[in-house]
Amino acid sequence: MLGWAEAIPGPMVPLPVAVRSKRRDTADTWTLELEPSGPDGFPFAPGQFTMLSATGSGEVPISISGDPGRPAVLLHTVRAVGFATEAICDARAGQTLGVRGPFGTPWPVEDATGADVVIAAGGIGLAPLRPAVLHLLGNRERYGRLVLLYGGRTPDQLLFTGELGGWAERGLEVHVTVDSAGPEWLGHVGVVTRLIRRANLDGSRSVALLCGPEVMMRFTAAALMAGGLAGDRIHASMERNMQCGIGHCGHCQLGPTLVCRDGPVYRWSELAPWLAIREL
Amino acid sequence: MRGIEDLITDAPVFAGLVPAHRELIAGCGVNQQVGAGTFLLREGDPAEQFFLVRHGAVALEVHAPDRGTIVIETYGPHDVVGWSWLFAPYRWEFDARAVEPTRLVTFDGACLRGKCEDDHELGYQLMSRFAASMADSLQATRRQLLDVYGHARVG
Repeated sequence: MLGWAEAIPGPMVPLPVAVRSKRRDTADTWTLELEPSGPDGFPFAPGQFTMLSATGSGEVPISISGDPGRPAVLLHTVRAVGFATEAICDARAGQTLGVRGPFGTPWPVEDATGADVVIAAGGIGLAPLRPAVLHLLGNRERYGRLVLLYGGRTPDQLLFTGELGGWAERGLEVHVTVDSAGPEWLGHVGVVTRLIRRANLDGSRSVALLCGPEVMMRFTAAALMAGGLAGDRIHASMERNMQCGIGHCGHCQLGPTLVCRDGPVYRWSELAPWLAIREL
Repeated sequence: MRGIEDLITDAPVFAGLVPAHRELIAGCGVNQQVGAGTFLLREGDPAEQFFLVRHGAVALEVHAPDRGTIVIETYGPHDVVGWSWLFAPYRWEFDARAVEPTRLVTFDGACLRGKCEDDHELGYQLMSRFAASMADSLQATRRQLLDVYGHARVG
């Protein structure tokens, strides 16, 4: 009998995968646990994405939010903001979704061995970074300081709040901020860049992983570089109009690259000149 | 126990000051400890002091009748709370409330303004540092206004 990898006729054909369960994270965001068949599960590297679809509703690129050390479980955290993502978030346990992938470049967690790792996430950007967090914590002894700077819109839109305490106990310095809150919120209010000074980072021995809205990543990268972190030690996950996932259709072009094939994770030193070009 | 002159050395807003200026500034400061929920500033009240947070957290907030209390920003260790003591009419524009037990250095604004009048070099040094802190805060507030997470990616 063939495993799932051998059974796939090609990377453009979705693999049918059943929804095992789903969890509501925020008012519009769900985490779906999918059940890949086959003995190897769904191996992936932190930072990679899949093309995910509910039948008849189109396909969207969604980062894998699970633990790369547990490939038997395939997790996607999805924000319902359009037809395709709403159909995915509406999926019930037992329903079949289509999955292609994994695609794209990973977070450089191996290259970061021995370094302090700064993870700066904005909004749902924590989902693509969660596999990196789990990998880093699973190999805690191989890294220096592990620092999470996480910004969200409001307290009720923060993701994985039930896990942050456990991550802190395992050696992740967790700093959370929101843009807006009422008096019941006892945490920090302000933009995520305001957390950088508080974290007291050593730029010379740090590697940074950024994921969030592009403008948030621009400001965060600038603040990190002002603190002494070199642009080639900052890595950012980009989002463009990814459709084929394999570098054929060209919809996700960014500069001379295709995000689905050459990204989504880029070095900031490579990326920054393209981001300075308007409408690119 | 560290004196106030030592305590302000750690704060970025006072970084690089010559010892004589640090001493003058420290002379207008006293240590203070407040409980969670204590208001340091109230909108409309005379702005007679400012605060350097040593430990704890202070929320800058405003009350709107239709929205309740809105927290605008939170200050932590080494942050300075309060600018209005520097500018006429010396009235607070917002509320500031300790959100947890907080230790502060509280500075007498009138005392410091008087010293700046007498020593313009101190005035320049202090003003340029507060201007940098205010610019930093202004830029952060502009970024906050972008509401970047309202238009975020899907997953």
